[in-house]
Amino acid sequence: MKIDVRVIGRVLVVDILGELDLNTAPSFRDVVEEQLDANPDINDILLVMRYVTFIDSSGLGVILGRYKRLRPHGGNVIVAAPSPQARKALELSGLAGIIPICDTEDEAWAKAVGV
Amino acid sequence: MITENYVTLEFPAVPENVEFARTVVACFASQIDSFTLEEIDDVKLVVSEAVSNTVLHSYGVSRGIVRLSAVRNGDVLRVTIEDFGKGIADVEQAKEPAFTTDPDRMGMGFTIMEALSDELHVSSVPGEGVKVEIRKSPRGTAKSSEEPET
Repeated sequence: MKIDVRVIGRVLVVDILGELDLNTAPSFRDVVEEQLDANPDINDILLVMRYVTFIDSSGLGVILGRYKRLRPHGGNVIVAAPSPQARKALELSGLAGIIPICDTEDEAWAKAVGV
Repeated sequence: MITENYVTLEFPAVPENVEFARTVVACFASQIDSFTLEEIDDVKLVVSEAVSNTVLHSYGVSRGIVRLSAVRNGDVLRVTIEDFGKGIADVEQAKEPAFTTDPDRMGMGFTIMEALSDELHVSSVPGEGVKVEIRKSPRGTAKSSEEPET
């Protein structure tokens, strides 16, 4: 699994490539937490899941955990362009009913910045 | 072309082996030609959830063994994932959605497994371990519930 993170304004953009499971989810969580701790102004996380080839409930749990961290401050996690397997897992788990899932990064970005 | 086959393996219950287990079963399941790629992905997800449960909950700080078997009988795939750890006192409670106290976990493992399997059976004897049995056939198989006689 590879993770690329960048902060744009008050949005943390996270690109994930590869498989998110019990073995890799802790690294995903640690990288995102490190960014949130270092940048307290971050309001939203934009999670680009186009190249997530596999995700199970361990990976989904990390997404839920970050949602729980941001939500009390009015922030959110927004998923962009999920792969078919990721979209199915998000829907089966019920997470798709909690966080926004956008077909494109542009759509997700618009949602993050509120336009 | 054979229509009956099986694989059995044992491995330590460690996170590094979750991907290994689902990949092995996905390769085995692909011998059933009528499985779609989406259905193979479903099998991977079910196996990943089951093996993750074992790694997380079965042995505590000690490390134990996961025994995995996959059997193909015609177009029917049966996967069994077994451990020999502390077991589950109340299987029905453990299967309930969001039954977890960890903020970074979904508690949806069994829900996902049930949604993607044709049949899911979980049995446990406390102190002896847990056995998860999954059956999956291609949706396009007209008589998927009927196995050929051996």
